[in-house]
Amino acid sequence: MPMGLDFEVVEFPDVDHPTAGEQAPDFERPLVTAEYWEDRALSALTAEGPVLLLFHTMDGAFPTTYMWNEIRDREWGQSEDDLTVVGLSVSSPYEHKTTIAERGIEDTGYRLFSDPQNGVAERYSIDHSLDGMAGVSEPRPAAFLLDDERVIQYAWVAAEWPQFPDYDEIEAAIDDL
Amino acid sequence: MSDPDITLYRLQACPFCERVVRKLEEYDLDYRSRFVEPMHSDRNVVKRISGKRTVPAVVDDTTGVTMSESANIVDYLDRTYGGEGSDTSRASSAQSSDGGEA
Repeated sequence: MPMGLDFEVVEFPDVDHPTAGEQAPDFERPLVTAEYWEDRALSALTAEGPVLLLFHTMDGAFPTTYMWNEIRDREWGQSEDDLTVVGLSVSSPYEHKTTIAERGIEDTGYRLFSDPQNGVAERYSIDHSLDGMAGVSEPRPAAFLLDDERVIQYAWVAAEWPQFPDYDEIEAAIDDL
Repeated sequence: MSDPDITLYRLQACPFCERVVRKLEEYDLDYRSRFVEPMHSDRNVVKRISGKRTVPAVVDDTTGVTMSESANIVDYLDRTYGGEGSDTSRASSAQSSDGGEA
């Protein structure tokens, strides 16, 4: 065996996920804030302006922690009349509330959709089953930047696991809105 | 798509909240549910709107009424939406308290 790090990155198969120029599929799920959750449709959010929709792994896993830290520190959507930033994972609303508190994003306006049955990821063709967690599937990490008609301005879906979004690329797309 | 006029602050698996839900359904009222935490100390949103941290709490934008305690809320819904004898003017002054909160 050679010295150094031997680790495996899992490659995802190619899938036919929504891409830039297409209208993102609408859905309604509980949307969690620092204080409560209520059913919200994605289309209700885009009706008020552009939305960055981030699919991430379940709350508590390190990619989710790092992703929210990075976005918080980049201050996306934290100024008035800007951009709505929402996450989505299979975690329950209770876990989302913990994440919002622990990531220190209570005052950022960031909100998290809860989709324990993973139906939204299935509709976006980005669902994958977790090895070693029987019966559990979740979305691939993915980012969709939507305009006020839910048309995708920028799309990224992880091609391997784990993989992080290209924050600079997303930021450039936000600047282009 | 506009938001419903009635907002119900509720706690998952709270029987007092279900009592209000049954009444809202009985009168076929459009409402939205906002779920809060079991811990009272984590319910600042409810305190802000109603002055108390208990649920259920209802905000009715059509009448401008905000109410706590399921017995009060059920009574209010009966009088306001229960057909004959509806009287929204008395609703906001209803203060009887026989529990029915969590």
